[in-house]
Amino acid sequence: MSNNINYNVDADGIATITWDMAGRSMNVLNESSIRDFAEATEKAIADEAVKGVIITSAKDAFLAGADLDMLVKTAFGPKDAKALTENSGTLQKIFRRYETSGKPFVAAINGTALGGGLEITLACHYRIAADNPKTKLGLPEVKVGLLPGAGGTQRLPRIIGIAKALPLLLQGKELDPKKALAEGIVNEVVPADQLLARAKEYLMGSPVSAQPWDDKKFKVPGGAVYSPTGAQTLMGGIAMSHKESFGNYPAIKAILSCVYEGLQIPFDAGLRVETRYFVSLLLDPTAGNMIRTLFISMQELNKGARRPVGEPETEVKKLGILGAGMMGAGIAYVSAMAGIECVLLDQTIEAAEKGKAYSTNLLDKAISRGRSTPEKKEKHLALITPTTDHADLAGCDLVIEAVFENREVKAEATRKTEAVIPETAIYASNTSTLPITGLAEASKRPESFIGIHFFSPVDKMMLVEIIMGKQTNQRALAVAMDYVKKIRKTPIVVNDSRGFYTSRCFGTYVNEGIEMLAEGIAPAIIDNVGRATGMPRGPLEMNDDVALDLGHKVRTQTRLDLGDAYEATPADDIVETLVVKLGRYGRKNAKGFYEYPADGKKYLWEGLADLAPVKQTEGTPALIKEIRDRLLVRQAVEAARCFEEEVTTDVRDADVGSILAWGFAPWTGGPLSYIDRIGVAEFVKMADGFAQQYGKRYAPPQMLRDMAAKGETFYQTAKLAAAAE
Amino acid sequence: MADAYILDAVRTPRGKGKKDGSLHEVTSLHLATTALKAIRDRNNLDTTMVEDVVLGCVEPVGEQGADIARIAVLNADYAETTAGVQINRFCASGLEATNMAAAQVMSGQSPMSIGGGVEAMSRVPMGTSGGAWPMDPQIAFKSYFAPQGVSADLIATKYGFSREDVDAYAIESQKRAKHAWDNGYFKNSIVPVKDINGLTILDHDEHMRPDATMQSLASLNPSFQMFGEMAFDGVVQLRYPEVERVEHVHHAGNSSGIVDGAAAVLLGSKEAADAAGIKPRAKIRSFTSIGSEPSIMLTGPSAAAERALKRAGMKPTDIDLYELNEAFASVVLRFMQALDVPHDKINVNGGAIAMGHPLGATGAMILGTVLDELERRDLNTALITLCVGAGMGTATIIERV
Repeated sequence: MSNNINYNVDADGIATITWDMAGRSMNVLNESSIRDFAEATEKAIADEAVKGVIITSAKDAFLAGADLDMLVKTAFGPKDAKALTENSGTLQKIFRRYETSGKPFVAAINGTALGGGLEITLACHYRIAADNPKTKLGLPEVKVGLLPGAGGTQRLPRIIGIAKALPLLLQGKELDPKKALAEGIVNEVVPADQLLARAKEYLMGSPVSAQPWDDKKFKVPGGAVYSPTGAQTLMGGIAMSHKESFGNYPAIKAILSCVYEGLQIPFDAGLRVETRYFVSLLLDPTAGNMIRTLFISMQELNKGARRPVGEPETEVKKLGILGAGMMGAGIAYVSAMAGIECVLLDQTIEAAEKGKAYSTNLLDKAISRGRSTPEKKEKHLALITPTTDHADLAGCDLVIEAVFENREVKAEATRKTEAVIPETAIYASNTSTLPITGLAEASKRPESFIGIHFFSPVDKMMLVEIIMGKQTNQRALAVAMDYVKKIRKTPIVVNDSRGFYTSRCFGTYVNEGIEMLAEGIAPAIIDNVGRATGMPRGPLEMNDDVALDLGHKVRTQTRLDLGDAYEATPADDIVETLVVKLGRYGRKNAKGFYEYPADGKKYLWEGLADLAPVKQTEGTPALIKEIRDRLLVRQAVEAARCFEEEVTTDVRDADVGSILAWGFAPWTGGPLSYIDRIGVAEFVKMADGFAQQYGKRYAPPQMLRDMAAKGETFYQTAKLAAAAE
Repeated sequence: MADAYILDAVRTPRGKGKKDGSLHEVTSLHLATTALKAIRDRNNLDTTMVEDVVLGCVEPVGEQGADIARIAVLNADYAETTAGVQINRFCASGLEATNMAAAQVMSGQSPMSIGGGVEAMSRVPMGTSGGAWPMDPQIAFKSYFAPQGVSADLIATKYGFSREDVDAYAIESQKRAKHAWDNGYFKNSIVPVKDINGLTILDHDEHMRPDATMQSLASLNPSFQMFGEMAFDGVVQLRYPEVERVEHVHHAGNSSGIVDGAAAVLLGSKEAADAAGIKPRAKIRSFTSIGSEPSIMLTGPSAAAERALKRAGMKPTDIDLYELNEAFASVVLRFMQALDVPHDKINVNGGAIAMGHPLGATGAMILGTVLDELERRDLNTALITLCVGAGMGTATIIERV
């Protein structure tokens, strides 16, 4: 009947509306599919011969939600509340129409139904899911900064109660059909091959054809908003989500408001409330920034957006890993997971074996959790060969060096390895600090020398930062990118610089915390506000976690390298005293900015007050705001400098990289999105103000001033550049 | 502007606010009626002179709903012309009612008015009337809502009061209350609650635990630790990031008791007092209610006190006796710290930790208590104040005449 929907009525008067969008592997909600779906439901309602309706899908998944491109277009479109309100109610009306049509609608959920997909089924009078543990059912809108705006916030709590609905709405939790049945979201789970037959059987019996909430006597299951259980649930739900989100995500508050307000009024009024909050999220910049960075850009990077065009596809079959420490062992684990043969080399066989044992441990854990099998483990481990003999590296397509961060040690590793590997092989360093161009001086083939910077722990951190040395060629980049794709991580590509992109910007966050301490801000304020900003941890505790002695080493090296250009600050003295005089290295020796008692929670070390006398003891709203702004602006200034210096050359690399590498406040969509969000001119003003008060490190780069003068933003400019290509 | 005089003050004893409390079987209406009848009868009052009765009540639903003040006026057989209004300033309602009654007199719009309050907490439990603050995400997020107990623990943490400090304060409250009862300091104001046949149901505060010791208190678990650690500590730390970890120090033994009770304060102008042949006991010097930061919630009293003092042209040292409702021990300790008030000038006969806090009535009760004590010690000035939910404070300064 259309490119999107098949419509069919059988001899018994059962209409089947089948989602089957042409030219797509998945059904999504977009303008044309929504229109066709509406037409099909109208036809079924109008046809007197139709007694009941089945909604299902011909794809593996039922329907995976709204088209993100459409959402992002809307989010960055005109901020016109009236127009957005008018356009946002479309799906609600379609759903409302069929659930009040008087004809029974059954959802035959053959596979994953997320977001708008699940909302289609919630508006049906009965839901049957095929028994497939891989099927995911849920309302994940909150993860992109939105709320389920097609009745999801109103129907789900009216079906399963407020207490059960809140976690699904607020965390976007996804359930398999059996769990969804236990929660009461679906009415039945049947074997996949019986799904449609059972749906028809239900319709041929005595099906329900009206929703409980359209009955005057309807009561919210588990208690109304102002019942004792409702009150307890909402009060606790509000506090918990406030604590966990730090109030950084407007969607969380909006979802809670939809439930609180909407469940005290009739259903249609509740839908209007839901639309208002949905529109408020479109008017706010958070959702658009999150969708663009965390979904659109990330997908593009994963698909190889930054891979050099024209370089033939490559495949790493045999990988050499130099150094079987924490990083080398992790690289071996993720590479073997992708079926790559790994040679894990270290100075002693014990060290090499220990590196392999890291995989054994992770796999045993996975087996105990039912996520792997002994067979898979054996296959995986068989791919990793621990060795001390460089000759075993012969035939490697790629070698990743992960030895001690010392130029000499690294140079020797390069020379020994290049003596045995093929001339076509690519040599990569996993250094996190030493410039690649310098390391490549030890290489016979600097054009095949590249940086592949993993993050710790390798198996959990999804980002890989690929660093181009001055002479690195496009083939080396292609090999690195194809390898990263094979191990299913997200690559960003940057040019050589001290600390590259990620370590350089991350460093500004942890350092700024120490600067604030030196200024006399109480340490608890610094870390509490740091966390509340949306960073994964406060700057001081982060210092402890990465190790203060390491930080001290980097500072000392930087000071040596920069000479007179180095801008010394009071923070240097604090770190010097902590590390050199007091032997406080951080978490690793259980004393740093914090104390780490063996049998309890860490707490701030009392001695800090002697190093930096506290002048600001009160976390006033003004101080909180200033610290928050400073921490974000300081990082964003560095990210902008990297862009100006062409360390990063693509806004997607900069933004995605920031969130995946060092956890830059995800609600911003990344530092460049953050600058755009504030407005470049306003950002420059803020940074200038901080520079005047706190030091040159805040000074915005000339590029930002130029952009401000021309009224440019990072993303507009990037879009124009892409269009010009 | 005319002066408002306190002509008299009465209160019922406070019954344990539980199902086994002596006043659990007594209606809120009967409690309020008892106070209104007593203040009329012991002053031979012609109630046509009383133009309004303002009663505080914090859970004005069910039997306490729909303007219990007017209903109690009718039940106490006051003149038909005496109006009644119920007001709610949470824990300061009783004092606020008194201030409003005083304002009617001071503005010349009423010769005599009664302020007071009633709360049968065993019958209409706390929270019964609902409310938007903790429930509506818009305001809960904006104002960092936390339950009062968490706020009280936050005060203790932020201002440096340990579990020992708050427990020691509680023991002292119990000791002072017992001493005052044993020596009959309260007998002037206490009106026993009687049944319909005139037999006494309760004639003393029954919540007191004079046998409490530091050891017995030490065995009590903090009441708000679970709530706090679950979520609310994290919420208040967003507003008070200087607090690294909230220490939970309050429990049933160092927080105000849940009780049933009612109180009434008769206010009038000099002319009205003369006409009625009543000798004024004290004069209202100044009063105020003030808003304070709502998340820590209970630090309003010092701000309210400072404003009331300023309005009266007084300094903290000009006050002979302070009465601050013992909602939680840390509230009083913080007030003493903020205004530099010595312990022997505040809550000298104990307070709500020992005797209980019938929400709507307490403010009127403690005003009467401190007036009795001023007379007993022959002192002149007192400042009465209470911390208030959602971040407020109410204070009144009185002076004997």
